[in-house]
Amino acid sequence: MTLNDLAPLIPLMVIAVSSVIIMLGIAFYRSRAFSGLLTLAGIAVAFITLFGVQGTRQVTSLLILDDYALFYIGLILAASFVVALLSSDYLEGRRENIEEFYILLLLSTLGSSVLAASTHFVSFFIGLEILSVSLYALIAYTRNELNIEAGVKYLVLAAASSAFLLFGIALLYGETGTMEFSRMSSGISAQGINKGMLLTGFALVLTGVGFKLAVAPFHMWTPDVYEGAPAPVTAFVATVSKGGVFALLLRYFIQVDMHAYPSLFGAVAFIAVASMFAGNLLALLQKNIKRILAYSSIAHLGYLLVAFLAGGVMRVTAVTFYLVAYFITTLGAFGVVTMLSGKERDADAVEDYQGLFRHRPWLALIFSAMLFSLAGIPLTAGFIGKFYIVAAGAGSALWLLVIMLVINSAIGLYYYLRIIVVLYAQPGHSEVSAVSSLPLTGSLVLVLLTVLLLWLGVYPEPLIEMIHRMTMRF
Amino acid sequence: MILIWLILIPLMGGLLAWLFSRGNDRLPRWISLIALIIDFILVLLLWMQYPERAGLTNRSWLVDINLEWIPRLGISFHLALDGLSLLLVMLTSFLGIMSVAASWTEIKERVGFFHFNLMWSLAGITGVFLSLDLFLFYFFWELMLVPMYFLIALWGHENRISAAVKFFLFTQLSGLLMLAAILGLYFVHARGTGIYTFDYTQLLGTTMGSTEGMLLMLGFLIAFVVKLPAVPFHTWLPDAHTEAPTAGSIILAGLLLKTGAYGLLRFAVPLFPHAALDFTPVAMALAVIGILYGAVLAFGQTDLKRLVAYTSVSHMGFVLLGIFAWNELALQGAVIQIICHGISTGALFIIVGALQERIHTRDMERMGGLWTSAPRMGGVGLLFGLASLGLPGLGNFVGEFLVLIGAYTVSIPMTAIAATGLVFATVYSLWMIQRTFFGPREVYLKVPDLNMREMTVMAFMVAVIVWIGLYPQPVINTAKGALNALQKNAGAMTSFGKISYPVSTGADRDTK
Repeated sequence: MTLNDLAPLIPLMVIAVSSVIIMLGIAFYRSRAFSGLLTLAGIAVAFITLFGVQGTRQVTSLLILDDYALFYIGLILAASFVVALLSSDYLEGRRENIEEFYILLLLSTLGSSVLAASTHFVSFFIGLEILSVSLYALIAYTRNELNIEAGVKYLVLAAASSAFLLFGIALLYGETGTMEFSRMSSGISAQGINKGMLLTGFALVLTGVGFKLAVAPFHMWTPDVYEGAPAPVTAFVATVSKGGVFALLLRYFIQVDMHAYPSLFGAVAFIAVASMFAGNLLALLQKNIKRILAYSSIAHLGYLLVAFLAGGVMRVTAVTFYLVAYFITTLGAFGVVTMLSGKERDADAVEDYQGLFRHRPWLALIFSAMLFSLAGIPLTAGFIGKFYIVAAGAGSALWLLVIMLVINSAIGLYYYLRIIVVLYAQPGHSEVSAVSSLPLTGSLVLVLLTVLLLWLGVYPEPLIEMIHRMTMRF
Repeated sequence: MILIWLILIPLMGGLLAWLFSRGNDRLPRWISLIALIIDFILVLLLWMQYPERAGLTNRSWLVDINLEWIPRLGISFHLALDGLSLLLVMLTSFLGIMSVAASWTEIKERVGFFHFNLMWSLAGITGVFLSLDLFLFYFFWELMLVPMYFLIALWGHENRISAAVKFFLFTQLSGLLMLAAILGLYFVHARGTGIYTFDYTQLLGTTMGSTEGMLLMLGFLIAFVVKLPAVPFHTWLPDAHTEAPTAGSIILAGLLLKTGAYGLLRFAVPLFPHAALDFTPVAMALAVIGILYGAVLAFGQTDLKRLVAYTSVSHMGFVLLGIFAWNELALQGAVIQIICHGISTGALFIIVGALQERIHTRDMERMGGLWTSAPRMGGVGLLFGLASLGLPGLGNFVGEFLVLIGAYTVSIPMTAIAATGLVFATVYSLWMIQRTFFGPREVYLKVPDLNMREMTVMAFMVAVIVWIGLYPQPVINTAKGALNALQKNAGAMTSFGKISYPVSTGADRDTK
């Protein structure tokens, strides 16, 4: 490792250094504005420095900063930026000291970014732990009963899943003798490999990752954690934490060439179908917006896995486009929840949204746009994303999965529509609608997200080109 | 450019109507009305401008615009207009004007948002009739549903929510199957030629295996027959039509159902001629079942609006029959039936809506003897009732007659059974008029007659239906070039349309 190797790591280091500065700053003088602004500045600077990284840079065997990693890190940073903006107003009055929130936010962003750039099991595990450990605290941050419960739940299950992951890594390492992704495939094809051991290793890694991604059958924690966590943190869990892990999974399985293992392929296909059905069917039974969105995110990860299983050039493009759309949509939807939440509790009951269109037409419209995008209706990014996934699936002739996806989209539509109808119904009696004025930053963020959503829905060409260029050099 | 304007004008009109709706209920109505009238004039000008109207030339595309949209995936913004699209777009703006006028006093809440949805669904429908890129087609296909969903769910009657959800789920699920089929076609085409494209003109004549072709065709077909609707996919229709506000019902029956017929004509058959040919007996059987079943169910209704809704199932059966007979007469008949059904059913829905606004019920048990207090309404109702039963001299007769002649050369038994549908239609239409306007008069019903606005709307609709009934030639000429091109596209690969079923045709008899 030379000094030269450090240059491409600047974005990651900027994030790390920002969190350290905030931490030191708190020791001397507590200031919300200082921590908040520094966080935003740190993320922004890191984002800008991403453009300074030229070409594909392998930094030791742990990390690689290629276009793919840079794209995902950019996406993660942008999402964290949005979450930081949303949480500044949200946290106000909910807890006395909110400066540490930003430290945790930066650290988990760092963890997720490391995941996106990992090419080695060690960096994978380190990234995952940085992410998870900060998340435990973030989820329980406002310290009400629900928060704590969710935090503990996440802690216990994440720890268990890490154990699975470690065991899986150990098995793979034992068989192949390497922890580098790129060398693993050659290690696998070597003579005298114990296939059973190898597959067990894969299965265990998949279990650990599946937990993080909240795909069925590892999804049990999701609704509770989504419901319990503060709304902006929920947005963070749904986007940043899953995005990083998914980026890693995609890289890993492309380098190992999953298609060579029919049983592994079958397992992922099973997970995809199970997630779609579990997510959508269970969402039908929910009366809480956060829980509905939780189940919906399970289903969306299932859709993503369909594209993930497809081969060819379209796989990475479809997954990436869908993830971008999913990020925008999820941030937007939880952004609306954040904005409407009162100090007592989050606005997460469906009744809270009854007649929202009357009091807050713009917010209701933004929320509908987000829900339409989740449902994959034209003019939104979700439509193009879903189209891309179906295209990727059809291109690889995964017809069974495509049909499952189609059926599930229709089921999913049902509960999105139910929320939308409530938005436009006659107003009910709810204290949430009485929130006097909406914070300016949050409103701007939501408007921006909506514009982005529609823009990608109508004119996705630039993003597609960008992703395509990135995959070409993958 | 003019094609883009045809879609943009309603889109912008809808936005403006919404923006200017604060505390003002009149402005959105006027904005929508004017936008649609401009749209209609534009189409009318297009129609006047081209000699195809008089059957002079046989060009297929009158206007064609092709812009890049997402070249990476072979998606273009390709709009084109031929005689068929022209007629349907004209119908769209015409019925659009009628529906805005008809809901002038019916809608009192969220007027701006109502007109926004109305205009956007019209724009989506126009887009469907003009797209020649399958991705774009699917885009518009989905786009028209959302505003329609809102129209039903927000301004509908008692069970609006469940009706709206049912409508949306049916159409969405079938639409997604179509998307899968579109993509299947896209990859099959690329496999053969190496060109990834969604362009209709390039996808025509794609070579594929017969099972493959059948599956892909079924994907398209399901989306279209759900919309049409054909039995057994019709169950969403009575609910949606009944619960929708008047304007919604007009658009649903007059236009949305037609997108299904248009899809069959434009896409399902020409893209998969072999599969469509194999499927013909089934489709014709479905059509005939739909004709009879719809008529029988219509007769069983006591809810006036539901009755009219079921007649649509019956009438659209004729369209399906005509399309799958796939010869010139039958196709012309299907096109005329599409237009006339749109207008006559639209008019009937306006009358039902006007009645409901006045007496707050759609239950025919509680009507009767309305003629004495509302003779104008009765007269118009009678006229459209007669149109619906296929009285010669009114447009629907021409359509159904041509379909039957055309279908006769393909299958005599089917045609014979279908023809009995006309008898059923007579029964339910006359019964409907009898129950509402004649019979014992309910004392408390003293209804105001149609006012100037409603009479004007009706006058236009009556004029069109009588005109097509007496002199359908301009419509036939306009559609001729387009239909010939469609037949040629499909027929280039098969003997489709020149089918010699084991039935004796008139020609056979002459030679004997």
